[in-house]
Amino acid sequence: MKIHEYDARAIFTRYGLPVPPSRLVTEPKAAGEAAGELGCPVVVKAQVLVGGRGKAGGVKLASTPEEAKEKAAKILGMEIKGLVVEKVLVAKAVDIEHEFYAGMVFDRVSRRPMMMVSPSGGVDIEEVARTSPEKILKLPLNPEGGLMPFQVRRLTSFLTGDKAVAKQIGAALQGLYDAFMGVDASLAEINPLVLSPDGTVWAIDAKINIDDNGLYRHAEIAGLRDTVDEDPGETAARDAGLSFVKLDGSIGCIVNGAGLAMATMDMIKHYGAEPANFLDIGGSSNPDKVLAAMRIILRDTSVKAILINIFGGITRCDDVALGLIEAKKKLGLEIPLVVRLTGTNASEAREILSGTELIGADTMDEAVQSAIAAARR
Amino acid sequence: MSILVGTQTRLVVQGITGRDGGFHARQMKAYGTDVVAGVTPGKGGMKTEDGVPVFDSVAEAVAETGANTSVIYVPAPFAADAVCEAADAGIGLVVCISEGIPVRDMVRALPFARERGTRLVGPNSPGVISPGKAKVGIMPGEIHREGSIGVVSRSGTLTYEIVDHLSRAGFGQSTCIGIGGDPIVGTNLLDAMELFGADDGTEAVVLIGEIGGNDEELAAAMIRDGYPKKVAAFIAGRTAPPGKRMGHAGAIIAGGSGTAAEKIAAFEAVGVEVADTPAQIVDIVRRITG
Repeated sequence: MKIHEYDARAIFTRYGLPVPPSRLVTEPKAAGEAAGELGCPVVVKAQVLVGGRGKAGGVKLASTPEEAKEKAAKILGMEIKGLVVEKVLVAKAVDIEHEFYAGMVFDRVSRRPMMMVSPSGGVDIEEVARTSPEKILKLPLNPEGGLMPFQVRRLTSFLTGDKAVAKQIGAALQGLYDAFMGVDASLAEINPLVLSPDGTVWAIDAKINIDDNGLYRHAEIAGLRDTVDEDPGETAARDAGLSFVKLDGSIGCIVNGAGLAMATMDMIKHYGAEPANFLDIGGSSNPDKVLAAMRIILRDTSVKAILINIFGGITRCDDVALGLIEAKKKLGLEIPLVVRLTGTNASEAREILSGTELIGADTMDEAVQSAIAAARR
Repeated sequence: MSILVGTQTRLVVQGITGRDGGFHARQMKAYGTDVVAGVTPGKGGMKTEDGVPVFDSVAEAVAETGANTSVIYVPAPFAADAVCEAADAGIGLVVCISEGIPVRDMVRALPFARERGTRLVGPNSPGVISPGKAKVGIMPGEIHREGSIGVVSRSGTLTYEIVDHLSRAGFGQSTCIGIGGDPIVGTNLLDAMELFGADDGTEAVVLIGEIGGNDEELAAAMIRDGYPKKVAAFIAGRTAPPGKRMGHAGAIIAGGSGTAAEKIAAFEAVGVEVADTPAQIVDIVRRITG
């Protein structure tokens, strides 16, 4: 789950990181007032859940409250990568002598939490990784030991030779580690972590992605989810316990299992059409889930046919069949529905579906080709 | 032959009194797996309908029954602890079916298990099956056949789809391992391939990958450096959009990398054929074993 910069800054502040003070506002007038309270210069930053806000003109310096009000007026309502800016953060600006990068992820290869630092901060770290990988130090860490002092020394010495600066960076890295582990983050980045000419160190940006699997034990963080820019289908799917991603095509699909769902989308493309979505109803054969899935797919008016592909392991095909008939009735289904059910109780399912308008298929290839043909009619 | 599970498996089912645990314990026993015990803290002393004794702890179950393998159907908040409990009790192989375990819990459980000599498969895994010998998981046993094709997969139902094609074409399986859909797993593609590489009963390996991470690329590098078995691959997610989690926690194209196209290219570059559809795997397997 992504969270806004202002929420990430609050988390970092809680964990002792040197984050400049700021105010979140939704109107230009309030931005001016905030600038007055904080003391100028300030930076006015668009709060939308995408990267590249600076490049898009969504981050502007202001030397007076009036200027802050003007900059906020320009940035609010701006569209950045398809998202409309509804909130801006007014933060106390700091002078920048040098920009570092510090971040943490779980490394899939070493299967450990990993801290990454670079003296080349303030730019896209993936760009640095591509063009000058030697400028990044990646250190796998041990959860039992935490971030150990000798590791802090290794990381800070990669960034600076100045003892006073190293001490502050070291404290920031410790805070970064504690925050990352403390909130069940999957990613935590300070980019840039800056050194000011006066010798102080500041975290002037904050990015934290939360492990969805950890949300159950952080109720207050789960409440930070911003669904404003989310496809309503994806929101509805999450509430129903389904996985759904909207795509652009005309063949809707409902599948049990993420890998099989991806393979179904791929096969639709392979046979010359475009999938309208990814939808995994998971391992349960609950008819309510099938109904919810159909409802979500049918919101999309570009869907010309729906393909149901179920390989029953725990999923009971007869339950799915009953759910489909129920759904067809409730939703007044007008577009073709192709059904491929294999596995537990498949023959019972076929009997239930025979004599209905639903189009049966035995294999996945047949089902996909059937759905594509039905959509074209 | 087979790897990980077989006639030597003496299985304890953690979470046996729960809905999924109970259902699958019956299924595994019916398949012929030697289900010797179940564990649900607080329910020790009872027996299941099939006569499987239930214990309060894995340690007690091991002491009484000599269980050597565990399968975990415990809710996510308690599953990592269940893994550690099994490892601490001396269980050699733990297969974790539970989905939704926080990654933070897994990075702690993995070294804990490793230090005790325990191999973990999963989490978020459909399990491991050696057809005709033992089933440790939720896969439908009836689609599997005994044979010499090793199958390793990040998926559940996609694995069944491909195994079904293989079985119908006469290509039985030595062992099928579901390594799970999470980003951090106890046994990854490389680990599984090493096991198959050393197994006399496995003639060729079918690898079922998907978007996210670079496990497939590392597997391709392993093959390039010399791998004793022929490999066929299928990669799901050619049409997945970047930045979106496609169901599995580990199935996400992040920062431009982890795409299906890259994985397919990595395999083709080392001479491994990649199927366009699940059914095509059969044609490839026929060619490489012929």
